[in-house]
Amino acid sequence: MPLVRAAATLLLALAVTMGILFLAGAPPVHTLAVLATGSFGSSTAILRTLSAMVPLLLCGAGLCLTFAVNLWNIGVEGQIILGSIGSLWVLRAWDATGSVAPVLYQIGALLAAMACGAAWALFSGLLRTHGRVHEIFSGLGLNFVALGLSLWLILGPWKRPGMASMSGTEPLPALLRLPAWGGRPMSLVGLVLAVCAFGLVAWLLRRTFFGLALSAVRHNPRAAALLGLGPEKRMLAAMGLCGALAGLAGGLLVAGLYHRLIPSISGLYGYTAILAVLMVSGSLPLLPLACLFFAALTVGSIQLPLELGLDSSLSGVIQGVLLLLVFAVRRLRPTDAGRSA
Amino acid sequence: MTPDILTAQLTAVLFAAAPLILAALGETVAERAGVINLSLDGTMLFAAMVAFAGARASGDAWLGLAAGAGAGLAVAGVLALLGLVLGASELAVGFILTLFCRELAYFLGHGLARQPGPDLGVLAIPGLDALPLLGRAVFRQSPVVLLSVLAVAGVWYFLMRTRPGLLLRAVGESPSAALARGLPAKRVQVLACLAGGALAGLGGACYSLSVKPGWGHPQGCEGAGWIVLAIVIFGGWRPVRVALGALFFAAIQVAGILLQDVLPGLSGTLFQIAPFPVMILTLLVVNARRSAAFREAARRLPLLGRLMPRTAGGAPGAIVGALDKGF
Repeated sequence: MPLVRAAATLLLALAVTMGILFLAGAPPVHTLAVLATGSFGSSTAILRTLSAMVPLLLCGAGLCLTFAVNLWNIGVEGQIILGSIGSLWVLRAWDATGSVAPVLYQIGALLAAMACGAAWALFSGLLRTHGRVHEIFSGLGLNFVALGLSLWLILGPWKRPGMASMSGTEPLPALLRLPAWGGRPMSLVGLVLAVCAFGLVAWLLRRTFFGLALSAVRHNPRAAALLGLGPEKRMLAAMGLCGALAGLAGGLLVAGLYHRLIPSISGLYGYTAILAVLMVSGSLPLLPLACLFFAALTVGSIQLPLELGLDSSLSGVIQGVLLLLVFAVRRLRPTDAGRSA
Repeated sequence: MTPDILTAQLTAVLFAAAPLILAALGETVAERAGVINLSLDGTMLFAAMVAFAGARASGDAWLGLAAGAGAGLAVAGVLALLGLVLGASELAVGFILTLFCRELAYFLGHGLARQPGPDLGVLAIPGLDALPLLGRAVFRQSPVVLLSVLAVAGVWYFLMRTRPGLLLRAVGESPSAALARGLPAKRVQVLACLAGGALAGLGGACYSLSVKPGWGHPQGCEGAGWIVLAIVIFGGWRPVRVALGALFFAAIQVAGILLQDVLPGLSGTLFQIAPFPVMILTLLVVNARRSAAFREAARRLPLLGRLMPRTAGGAPGAIVGALDKGF
């Protein structure tokens, strides 16, 4: 039954997407074919898709933790940006004539990225637990502050020598870049780290007392407090871990993909990860599939402006249609497994 | 400052604030009924695109404005259907809608980018425009300014002085109590959500038809919807204070443009993000004042209560409940 429901939702989403394409005057079938070849059509395309999946999986895994305590970590976008800033801050300290091996700087950069992301998330979390400010509003606000901070760094202190430009900071020297897979735009380190992070989160949520405590706090914060589970401590831990993973995603974007800091480096990966988690309603086994699908959509749509003269925002449109339908179908035909909101 | 410069600044602030005021009033109406519409940013962008497309197709900017309001109404309709009728999480649906509408606007509006189109122009009201100071700033200005002023008066009167307005606020404080009292709580919430969406759509339409005329990727009004959410909190869910909050944030933006010459580099981004730290601080102060620890401290040290800025009342009851619901 759940499978039938999922298939029906996908078909409906396909039909609505076709309708929107028709409305925009685009050839529906051909457009979807371009999307598919753009994301899975060649080995380069597949590597690009996997590369886009890394930040989604990292943030998605982190968001599973925050949703497990009923926290809306909308600030994940800003946590990615802070991570990218933190990693570049360490990498900029590298001195070509120094004796420290570049790999130590790379490790340091990723650790700094995690620390910065976690700090940004904890800020949001502390505002919730100690200031009673809801994390949607603090997270949203901090996203814009993070964006402003990165713009200021790009145009100010970290500007390229001679010219400040929106194209970003000075590219990293080749020694500091994470190794690319066969010269392709894909860092294996990132993928391995993302899979490990996902495994860690799955283990935490399903096999540890910590995971059980998170779920107790979600279902009844007052009872959890009376049981001595420390709801506020658990919330902060979930926020901090999620922030660290989002920060790591940001660090990997700098060290493995863009090799510099660019404006809006988070590229909506954080928000897309929220959509992915919402689509599978926090189910861990399905999350990698959702992330892969959304990554494929994002990468596939990059070809649209060139090949068909369409806007690349089609990927976001398809995601939105799918999510809205998933929510509608879930309410219309609830299954036993589906959690009631 | 000479009166001329003052009038020019006032004109600029009122102009920049008009769409914010309209959308913030819409969100105020929805939130006073206990509905959080997180889709505002996407709604406004989508409405801006539809309004521009409508104005181009019909050749009449006013028809475009109506189309924009209709687009906002439609988006709010989806939220009402999924969130209120089917009972899915309002927050989740609103969040999905804001991303969806934004991308849909760029996708469907691709062909409209950097195309010429009609705009609302300047509306001069003979006689009134000769008034000192306000004359040029309101009555010989883009009509969106007059529209926003009328909307403040209208929404304030409706919410605070009419029977249906009272009903709406009662539902927002406690939908279950209103229902027990025999009031059609759900219907009121749906209508408030729709009205709020239409006003937000009107606000978005003001951007593409007057404040930042035209369409593009980016259009220039991105982020406005999030600022509107901040403004509603800043204004304590009261129409007049919300409008003043919109003026305050618009003034910050205008000041940012002026200061660009004095402090190049930093000031631009600083003033763009300023509304958000202010929003967080406002929430912090509002909630701190209401916390038990603060009341206890203020009882021991009365000076503390006086020093802490006095803020408008807290959020409508149903909002607080909705924020704690899972997805």
